Amino acid sequence: MATHAVEAVELVKTYPAGRKNPPLRALDGLTVSVGEGVVLGLLGPNGAGKSTTVKILTTLSRADSGTAVVAGYDVNRSPDQVRRSIGYVPQKSSSDPMATGLENLVLSGRIFGLSHQESLQRARELLERFGLREHGSRPVKTYSGGMQRKLDVALGLVHRPKVLFLDEPTTGLDPEARANLWNEVVRLSGQEGLTVLLTTHYLEEADRLAGQLAIVDHGRIVAEGTPEALKASLRGDSVHVELVDPDTDGTVRALLGQLPGIGEIVVEGNTLRARVDRGATAVPAVLGALEDKAIPVVAVTVSRPSLDDVYLQHTGRSFRVAEEAA
Amino acid sequence: MIAHTGLVFGRWMRASYRQPALIAFTLVQPAIWLLLFGQLFQGVVRLPGFGDSSYIAFLTPGIVMMTALMTSGWSGTSFVQDMERGVMDRMLASPVSRGGLMAGQLLSNATTTLIQTILVFAIGIAAGARYDGGIVGYLVTIVASMLVGTAFGSLSNAVALLTRQQEALIGISQFVSLPLTFMSSIMIDPTVAPHWVNVAARFNPVDWATIAARQSLAADPNWSSVWRHCLYLLAFTLIVGWLSTRAFRTYQRSV
Repeated sequence: MATHAVEAVELVKTYPAGRKNPPLRALDGLTVSVGEGVVLGLLGPNGAGKSTTVKILTTLSRADSGTAVVAGYDVNRSPDQVRRSIGYVPQKSSSDPMATGLENLVLSGRIFGLSHQESLQRARELLERFGLREHGSRPVKTYSGGMQRKLDVALGLVHRPKVLFLDEPTTGLDPEARANLWNEVVRLSGQEGLTVLLTTHYLEEADRLAGQLAIVDHGRIVAEGTPEALKASLRGDSVHVELVDPDTDGTVRALLGQLPGIGEIVVEGNTLRARVDRGATAVPAVLGALEDKAIPVVAVTVSRPSLDDVYLQHTGRSFRVAEEAA
Repeated sequence: MIAHTGLVFGRWMRASYRQPALIAFTLVQPAIWLLLFGQLFQGVVRLPGFGDSSYIAFLTPGIVMMTALMTSGWSGTSFVQDMERGVMDRMLASPVSRGGLMAGQLLSNATTTLIQTILVFAIGIAAGARYDGGIVGYLVTIVASMLVGTAFGSLSNAVALLTRQQEALIGISQFVSLPLTFMSSIMIDPTVAPHWVNVAARFNPVDWATIAARQSLAADPNWSSVWRHCLYLLAFTLIVGWLSTRAFRTYQRSV
């Protein structure tokens, strides 16, 4: 049996009602495990329970029920040992804006018990590695968003943790800074058997970074596996039909449903998505059927299953719609 | 905890000296209070109860305590800023001692109080205040002002952890500090104040500090009163310091 760096079982967390909000069940029996040296992506829309999971696993928050073991220690019974073994990069930037990059890193090293010399050496090493060497002596408030995020990740690594938690590492970054940070994370995951648990609501990011994926919806894991296995579990191809007018009365849906080789169909506004056995034969049939009934079409596309299709399959909603609802 | 206190203290001290505008403000404000109130209430010394002391000599220790109180009310804003970013969450998921996280910040706050106290004395003396008590009087005043700063600084930090909002923090801090200033002997001798104010002042930690300071600066101090009031103040500071450290748990329960 492979050893697990993170093992969470049946986590439940309910936030009490506030003045404006009803009580919120953020986690509803979430179970997930991450093997040593694996990069696991928790993928889900905002409000699915990803950050709450990370907060519980990093000892910041406590679950109402359920157990979690991180780096061999129980988060409730030995929070201090867990804290020594992990690096936590919160969703919001976690550096002190008034201090320089170097000062931030040194302080973090000292808090984890490194000597001043060791901290300084480690801080310089990390600044170098994240391409921040020339900026080490400038206050963080002068950094760009991408630079701040890199420093955040470096802050999580100062004490050489066994498990690194990255909560939405690239949210709010421009595409270039995002690609840049992705490269850093890919490089990290190959090193020193570091285990990484990252949360993201970008399908592309999950596909790119994670060796293992867990799809979170309404506080539970709805699907797990490698991105390839998850995509492969979907039979055939995916056909997207974009209509001029929304299919309000379900005519188009009924029409396409009769065609041979067409699986389930999901309608969202002007778009229909259908699972088909073979894209090459389905597209002409779809177009022919629509033309017979003189239904105007903007576009028809066929694609190999994407993570979006996986998400759709397991939650009954497309990712975009889930995001908008959140 | 001591090592962590030192590290956290270092962080906040560094942050303060990088904000010269803020330093200037925290120093100019007490100077204005002292000179403004000194002018405004000059006539008070003609009332019975003040003896022959000048009002500026009476007022200076009071303004010391008022400054410590008012400045410390803002202490929690540094925690709010840490919570608005991810700094607080990162710290709390690290092995940092909670006591050290609180104490380090309070120590940096107390350092500000120390500098302000020395400055207020300097201005008071320049404006004509004279004290018959020796060096011990000044030391007692300095320690008492730092205790006031620490006690109300930790209350401010606790409110910050519980509300997580700058506006709420400032509102509560104003709501508390103005009555504490006026229901005390900071500006007016208790013999000329209404009875109920004197009753309220008996439970006012800022008044304990003011009494201890004035007594110890007098020609013939009533030392038992000085130590008694200092002891009350110390006990109060320790209790609120402990309670505010507990507030980290409440904060963690809500994240």
